[in-house]
Parts: sequence; C-alpha cells; structure tokens
Amino acid sequence: MSNAAEFPLLSLILFTPLVGVLVLLFIDRANAHLIRLVSNVTVGIGFLVSLPLWFMYDTQDAGWQFVERHDWIPSIGADYFLGVDGFSVLLILLTTLMGVIAVLSSWTAITMRVKEYYVFLLALQTGMLGAFMSLDFLLFFLFWEVMLVPMYFLIGIWGSDNRLYSAIKFFLFTLVGSVVMLLGILAVYFYHHSVTGIYTFDVTQFHKLGIPYDLQWWIFLAFFLGFAVKVPMFPFHTWLPDAHTDAPTAGSVILAAVLLKMGTYGFIRFSLPILPEATVAFVPVVAALSIVGIVYGALVAMAQKDWKRLVAYSSVSHMGMVMLGMFALTPVGITGSIVQQLNHGISTGALFLIVGIVYERRHTRAIAEYGGLSKVMPVYATIFLVMTMSSIGLPTLNGFIGEVLILQGIFVVSKMWAFVAASGIVLGAAYMLWLYQRTMFGNVDNPKNESLPDLSMREIWTFVPLLILAVWIGLYPKPFLDRLETSVDNVMVRVNSDYTPRLAAVEDQGSPTLALDAAAQADGGPVRGGAR
Amino acid sequence: MDFIWLIPLVPGIGAALNGLVGVRSFSKRTAGLVATGAMAIAFLLSAFAFIQLLGSTERFHKVTVASWIPPIPLETANGIGSFEVPWAFTLDPLSGMMLLVVTGIGLLIHIYSIGYIDHEPRGGVARFFCYLNLFCFFMLILVLGSSFLVMFVGWEGVGLCSYLLIGYWYKKKSASDAGKKAFIVNRIGDWGFILGIFLVFFTFGTLDFREVAEAAAALPVETQAVGFGVISLICLLLFIGATGKSAQIPLYVWLPDAMEGPTPVSALIHAATMVTAGVYMVCRNAVLFEHAPIVMGIVAAIGAVTALMAATIGLVQTDIKRVLAYSTVSQLGYMFLATGVGAFSAAAFHLMTHAFFKALLFLGSGSVIHAMNEEQDMRRMGGLRQHMPLTFATMLIGAVAIAGIPPLSGFFSKDEILYRTFLSNQLLWGIGAITAVMTAFYMFRLINMTFLGQYRGPAPDAEGHGDSHGHAWHGPHESPRLMTWPLVALAVGAVLAGFVGVPAALGGSNMIEHFLEPSFTVPGMAHAAEEAHHYEIEWALMALSVLLAVGAIWFARRNYVERPEEAERLAERLAGTHRLLTNKYYVDELYDATFVRGSMSSARGLWRFDGGVVDGAVNGTGWTTRASATISHVLDKYVVDGLVNLVGWICREGSYGFRRVQTGLIQNYAFATLVGVFAFVTWFLVGR
Repeated sequence: MSNAAEFPLLSLILFTPLVGVLVLLFIDRANAHLIRLVSNVTVGIGFLVSLPLWFMYDTQDAGWQFVERHDWIPSIGADYFLGVDGFSVLLILLTTLMGVIAVLSSWTAITMRVKEYYVFLLALQTGMLGAFMSLDFLLFFLFWEVMLVPMYFLIGIWGSDNRLYSAIKFFLFTLVGSVVMLLGILAVYFYHHSVTGIYTFDVTQFHKLGIPYDLQWWIFLAFFLGFAVKVPMFPFHTWLPDAHTDAPTAGSVILAAVLLKMGTYGFIRFSLPILPEATVAFVPVVAALSIVGIVYGALVAMAQKDWKRLVAYSSVSHMGMVMLGMFALTPVGITGSIVQQLNHGISTGALFLIVGIVYERRHTRAIAEYGGLSKVMPVYATIFLVMTMSSIGLPTLNGFIGEVLILQGIFVVSKMWAFVAASGIVLGAAYMLWLYQRTMFGNVDNPKNESLPDLSMREIWTFVPLLILAVWIGLYPKPFLDRLETSVDNVMVRVNSDYTPRLAAVEDQGSPTLALDAAAQADGGPVRGGAR
Repeated sequence: MDFIWLIPLVPGIGAALNGLVGVRSFSKRTAGLVATGAMAIAFLLSAFAFIQLLGSTERFHKVTVASWIPPIPLETANGIGSFEVPWAFTLDPLSGMMLLVVTGIGLLIHIYSIGYIDHEPRGGVARFFCYLNLFCFFMLILVLGSSFLVMFVGWEGVGLCSYLLIGYWYKKKSASDAGKKAFIVNRIGDWGFILGIFLVFFTFGTLDFREVAEAAAALPVETQAVGFGVISLICLLLFIGATGKSAQIPLYVWLPDAMEGPTPVSALIHAATMVTAGVYMVCRNAVLFEHAPIVMGIVAAIGAVTALMAATIGLVQTDIKRVLAYSTVSQLGYMFLATGVGAFSAAAFHLMTHAFFKALLFLGSGSVIHAMNEEQDMRRMGGLRQHMPLTFATMLIGAVAIAGIPPLSGFFSKDEILYRTFLSNQLLWGIGAITAVMTAFYMFRLINMTFLGQYRGPAPDAEGHGDSHGHAWHGPHESPRLMTWPLVALAVGAVLAGFVGVPAALGGSNMIEHFLEPSFTVPGMAHAAEEAHHYEIEWALMALSVLLAVGAIWFARRNYVERPEEAERLAERLAGTHRLLTNKYYVDELYDATFVRGSMSSARGLWRFDGGVVDGAVNGTGWTTRASATISHVLDKYVVDGLVNLVGWICREGSYGFRRVQTGLIQNYAFATLVGVFAFVTWFLVGR
C-alpha cells in the first residue's frame, strides 16, 4: 500500500523554507533588500520543487505516494513518516503557491523588523507543509502546534490596532482545541496498542482500526474541538475576524488560504477514516452547524463596515459550505468540498490581497473611506471584479464548480439542507456586490483617493497565478478532480461499507458493478434514465 | 455542424481582445469594429448552421467539445448514477431559431452602438464593446447548451454582463444600484433554478435535456388526480428561475430599473435576448412541463397577471424607456401565458417577433434620447416627427407591430397566443385581450407624445454649454446612419417576421410551428390528437382584437394629439388609480420595507449577537480566567504568603526578647550564670 520514494521529494519540499531561514540568519539585518530577495527566491524554489507532485502523482494508485519513513522517537513508536494522497497533493501545492504570493506581496508592506518577519513567514511554511505530509499522528501534532508560533508573532508584531488581543486570542483558541485533540490522539494510540500490542502513531494503521462506537464518539468529539476551531465552524469562529483583521496582509492571505484548511484537512484525514461510525452519527450536528455558518456568516458579513472583516466573515460562510460538502459523505460532496477548499484559498486569498493593497496605500480598512476606485485604479477594479465573481460562484470561474458539487452532493442526502444552504448563493452575491459598489463605483468623493496609484507590476504578478487558477478550475477542473478520485474513494469506503470504489470497479473484472456499468454503457451511457 | 461551438467562441474572443488590449490601446472605431466583426462572423456561422439544419433530416445535432465535470458516482432516486457534465452543445430547431435572433439582432445592435456610444471616452468604448461581446458569448452558450448545467453557465454569465452593462455609468448611484438589484433579484431566481437542476439529476440521473425529456416522457402526467409530484416540483423550481431572468411576478422589479443602462443594452439584453431566456428555458423543457399540468396552470396565471399588471403601469409612465420596459415585462407575460397553455411554439414565435419590434422600439427611443440631448421624459418631447422622420417611421412600424395590426409580425404571434389561450381558458384570454388593448394604447401614447403634437422640449443651446460633453446642442436632429440603418433593418424584420407563422385559418401553413415541433416533443411520445380547427372562433378573435387595437389607437390619438387636455382630465378624475399606477403599485416600497430592510436588520442583529453573545462567551471565558487568576493572586499574597510571613514575623518578633539577652557584657553573663546556678542548686536541694 505504501510506495516508498526513491528520492525524498517531500522532505525537500518540507525543508526548503527552513534552508531559507538558515540563509536569512546569516544576512545583516540592515540589508533589507537582500533579505527580501532571499525570501522570494526561497519560496520560488519551494514552489518549483513542489511541482513534481502535480505531475508525478499517480491518479491510478489508491495508496500513499512519495512515502518516506525513518525512526523518530522509537521508544514510543513515533516515526518521521511522510506520504501524500490526492488531498494532500493539492493542499501542498496550494501552500507552496500561496507562500510565493504572500512573500511577494510583503515587499513594500513590511519595513519594520524585516528579517524576523521573513523568518517567521518561512518557518510557517514548513509548519503547514509538514502538517499536510505527516502520516504519523504525533508528527502531525508537532507541526500543527509549531505553526501557531510564527503566526502568533506575525499578528502580534506586524499587525494593526488590536494586534495583541487578536494574536493571543488566536493562539489560545487553537491551543485549547488542540489540547483536547491530543487527548483524542492518545486515546487512538492506546486503543491501537490494546488491540495489536504495538505502540505506533502510524495514521495508515489507524485507518484500518475498528474502534468501538462509544469510544469513537468521544474521540470524534475531541478531534472535533481541535479541528472545528481551526476551520472555523460556528460558534467557534470569533477568533477569525479578529485575527484576520489585525494580521498583516500576508498573514491574512496565509491564514485564509492555508491555515483554515488544516481544520478541514484534519476532518478528512483523521476524523472520517479513523472514526467512520461516529462520523455518520455526527452528520446532523455538523451539517446543522455548517448551514448555520453559511447563512450566519453571510448575514454578519453584510453588516460589516470594515472591508477586511467583511471578507473574514465571508470565510466563515464559505468554510461552512466546505464542511457541509464533506459531511454529505457522498463522493460528489467530498470532491466538491476539497475543490472548494482550493477555491476558497484562491478567491479569499485574493480578496485579502485586494484589501491589503488599498490598506498599504491608505492605512484604513473602513469601507466608507473608499468609493469610485474604478476610476483611479481600473486594473485593480477589474481583478477585484473577477475575484468577487469567483467568490460568489459565477460559472466559468472556480467557485461554481465547488458549490455545485457540494450542493448536488448534499441534495441527495437531504433536500431541506440543500434548500437552506443554497440561499448562501443569494446572500453571497448581496454582500459582495454591495461591497464592490461601495468601494469601486460612484464618484471619487474622498480627495485622499484621487491619486491612488494603480497596481504595480509586482502587485499584478501576485494575482496572475490566482486568476489563471480561477479560470482553469472553472472551465476544466478535470485534472484536479482526477487527482482526488482514489482519495475520495478511500474515505468513502470507510464511511460507507456499501460503496464500490471507482478504480476497483475497473480492475476487478466481472464484478457485479462492472456488469451493471457495461450494461448501462451499451444502453447509451452510465446508469441513467432509470425511470424507464 | 460540428463547428457550432465556434459560434459563442467568436464573440468570446472579441470580448477578450477588447478587454485585455482594447481598453488600453484600441481607438473607438477599432473597438467597435472588433466587436461588430466578431458578431458578424457569429451571425454568418449561425446562418450557415441553420441552413444545414434545414437541409438535414436529423433535427438534433449534439457536439461534445470537452469534458467539464468528469463522472463521479452519486446515488439518485434510481440507485447509483454518475454525475457528469461535458461541454456539449446542441443545435436543434429551437436553438437554431434563437441563434439567428441573438446573432442577427445582436449584430444590428452592435452596429447601432458604434454610433450611439461615440460620446464616451476611448477606454469606455472598448469596455462597452467588451461587455457586449461577452454578453453574446454567454447568451450563445445559454442557447446552445445541451444540458441544464451548461445552460446555467450562460444563464449566470448573461446575468453578470447585464449587471456590468446596467451599471456601465458606474459613477451614477442609480445605475450601480440598478445593476446590483438586477443581479441579486436574478440570484433569487437562480436559487430555484439550481435546486431544480439538482432535483433533475436526482430524479433522472442525467442533466442532458434530451435524455431528461425522454425519461420524463415515460412517466405519468401529474394531473390534479395524480397530485403534485416530483416533476411538478422540478418545473416549479425551474419556473422560479424563469421568473427572475424573464422579469415575471414576483421578481420583475429589476427590469424597469435596468433602464439605467445605455439604450442599446436595453434593446439587446433587456428586450430581445436575455430576458427571453426564461421563456426559452421553459420551452426547452416542454416535455417536463407537459407532465406537470398544475405548474403549467401556475405559469399561465403568472404570465397573464404579469402581462396585465405591467401594461397598466405602462399606461402612465412618462419616461420613454420605462414605458418600453413595462411593455417588455408585459410581452414576456404573454409568452409565459402561451407556454402555460401548452402553446410552446406560439411562445417561441412571439419571442422571435417581439425581439424584432421591441429591439426596434428601444433603438428608436435611443435615437430620440440621443436627439434630445439625453432627455427621456416624453412630456418634454413632442413634434419630433419633422426633425427625425426615419426614426419616426421605423418606430411607428414597431408600434403597429406590437399593437397587433395585420399583417405586421406582432399580429400573427399575439393572435396565435390569444387563440390558443381561448381554447384553454377564457378568463386568461380575457386578461390577455385587455392587455392587448392597453398595449396598443400605451404604444401610441408613446408615439403621439414623442413625435406628434407640439414640441415641448428645451430650446436649442445657442452658446454651446449644457451638454455634459461640452458640445453645443443644436436642437433635435436625426441620428447618424450607423444608428438609423439598423432601425430600418429591424423595421423590415418587424414587418416580415410574422409571415413564417401565418395560421391555417388565414390560408398559411404555420411553418414555424411545424419547424419547432421536434424540440417540444420526443419521438414516440403520445401526441395530442390533431386539434380540430375552429376557424370561425379564430377569425372572430382576430377581428375582435384588431378592432380593439384600432379603438385603442384612436383613443390614444384623441387624448394625446387632438385634445391633450383630455388625458390630464382623465388622470384627475381617476386620481387614486393614477397615483397607484405611477407609483407602480408600491411594490418596490413593499419589497424594500420587507426583504431589504428585513435582511439588513437581521444582519445587524446577528452582528451584535456575534459580538455580544458568541464572542462575549469567549471574552467571558477569558475574563473569568483572569478574574480567578487575580483571586488566586490575592489569596496567594495575603493568605498563603501571609502564613509564611506570619511565621517569619513570629520568629522575628520573638527574637527581640532574646536579643536583649545578647548584651555582650561579661557581668550580665556572670550574673545570669550565678542566678542559674543558684536556681539549679535550690531546685536540687528543695525538690529532692
């Protein structure tokens, strides 16, 4: 099941940012230009070395790929154990790409303690990448905790107004969740020992466990607290608007695009496959909280007067959609959920960049301070328009694919949930278009906005990859969906024992599923027109 | 016909050229030529495809271009299905007709726009043509899409372009408000549409129109006796989508406001093409709707009531474009009335003729507004006939056509609808007939107030100010040829388009109905027996409606040309009704008070809840922790540490006494020793 890698590609991806940190330590702190250059080159290399994952990932292989395994703490059975499947490949690529964008966007925004800033930003990259690669639960937990620290400092030192409050809130909130999660991890660890006599944190082994339902229930609750805070799900979301609002632009971008995905990734990697029965039992609770999050986040976003806080609340709404799709526990819903995680990273990441650009020019986030920017910053207004449309799920852009898959995936489970959740598409349009109108349209009433410079070449380049991805996923999502196929099926098999994985159906000649498919094919397509 | 996917692509490329390059570097003329050229190519390709379709015996040509959403297993009502949507397009009679309407009228409007938009700054012109081309791109995807989801792509895309074009003059608050309103109201409809799509997949396991129709044909018709089943629910949800896009009750409110956009936009998007998408979608799903007679009844009723209500509002509007806007809502109501009584080809026929005469009327009004230096109020017009004879002549043709005077196009399509409605439901026919009278009246009121009578507008600007662009305005004048030629072309269409649907009662063969028929049925579907023709009824209805129309035209002439004071007297006599109509039944105010304010206040309420309760709990936890820390601190300092210090204090205080002993004087020590010895000895002697 595990395919050991000949070349330690994952380690290379993981430690590239740390090498950058080492180099930075040897550069004089006064030489800000060189520090910026080195940081940008580092994330650039970081992205390039992660690209082979996209091309070399085998969509026909349902096992773990690029696996590396070495002893770490043998006495307790913890290993340095890395490996990826489709979920992690896409999230790792998102992380390395957003790393490039976040670092590039900081070029002129950060002028104070430049060296420390980039050290933290790069260290954060390693933390996040590690969490997406770890197949050892303890190693995952280590990275999970490690990434708190740089983010704490990024908000606390380079943030705005209320930065200390927000930084501490972010830190404590996550910490409380993760302490409870650690208890859950230990419970799985000891249960595994009680069954097999082996002490290990090997997640791939945990995926095969059949933990008794009662224990699963409690462990699910423990994991839930840890992950739900990170997503964040209603009602654990209030750290998010504060952290987002006060974080520096790059911090917000990383927070929205990658850090929030830790929570959803945790659910799909650990909760669902390790605790399948409890997952099924918790579906109504999670779905209800998700739907509340969708509607509640959207409505609260509508009431915001602070541009960045509005985007932050829109995140609560979108992440509710992601969770809803996942807990539909249908292949379409889970696929949509992962795609929507990428989409959220792309569109919300871009929206935070967009706020950051005017914040850097005007040092205010109040929506009322702006208006008529289309006139002075036409390129900026155009990019903002595209990203607004991506965020509200306009077809031909990425957001639509995720929303349609999620809603179709949940529709077959519960029509009522789909009816309520779909209202998010109306509310989303309302708050985003109103924001766009208030900031971009009208006359330039505020004299301070009259001579704002449009985007520089560097700023345009921070958006180009996101624009390309938005259109690509919108028009031709197949390469992304193909990479998710086996991973989605692996989870589906765990949560639904009746489920037949797609790949197995092809290999397993003569199985009833295949026969059915063949019959349907002869009939003019896969099972359809069943009404006849 | 494998090339049909190029038809949307060409305007798409035009939009990209104008959007990426043109805004920075195209001259006004280049921008216009690129966009118009793209439309010309699209029109030629469409005509070519249409001719091939006519020559082919096969009526359905499906072209799959690429994969979009690859197959993913998903359970449906009938077991495990496969959710899969390719980029596939279908040419059939219905989409073929729409192709010609969209590209043909689109091309004329593009040409007209070159003249109309010439006052705008250079980059603005390119932006305008970029949006216009982008609109055509999405509209053609909507028309050609083989499946619900591909149609939805176009459906949402045209909504975006409508938003951008209504808000084209984005500095104007009313324009950007109108654009936003259009988008959001449409999204409410889309909520129904997308849920309908999900239910289609869940029910049939496919989203392909043909496959759905074939599967539905095998299912029982959900009559009153059978009950409101799943097909009825699908149709109702789809119809909610249609009411948004095609401006029907209760979602029609965005269309009148959409007149904030440039007039060519009103002609193309808000009259001829996009707003008919709802009708097109219902026609596309004719088989589904025929299996849901209950919903068909709702569609017919909504259509009829919308037609009447919009017409009554149109009677009193004074803004020339708003009259036309309400007229559009009203005519769309006719089309839904037709689909509701099962006359799908009549609906599609009226869609086509309406596209000609309403685009003509809008472009004509644009020509008038242009001539009047951006004046839209008909009370400040009048007598323009002398100044702009060509615009007058063509608009008159449009008005005659929409009023239903034979042999112009509106007569044939409208009478087909009224006749079919009469056979199905006389009450709805009554509403339709009254609407027809009102239509003739408000259209000729418009013609009379604008072109006839006395000129009531401002005096020509002698000194050369007053125009927003700094040009002198020399009084009303005929528009340039780039604008009048499309008017002439459309007028020809408005005269002739009806002849493809001359009914049998008048010796014709109703070509269009036979041509479109395959799109509304599936092979092997139980055909309704060829209805007996009631030529006498049809003749009587035709005669009656022509008579009524002529009467309405006469009444309009009397009130607005011969005795203008009559109209005012009538308005005074019916002051209450007049106020109700000029205020559009207060529907906007009602929506504003309920939905808009309701959602805003719940948004603010939830925000307070979020800060006060949810975050309050978090901060409360933090506060409690800190408070208990403070208490611990106090305890620690005064109780725990107090005890420690008490011990110390006791030791220290106690030591004072002993310190006195430590004097360092030998005599004292010697004395103490002596006393001690004495005491011990005494104790020893006495005690023993």
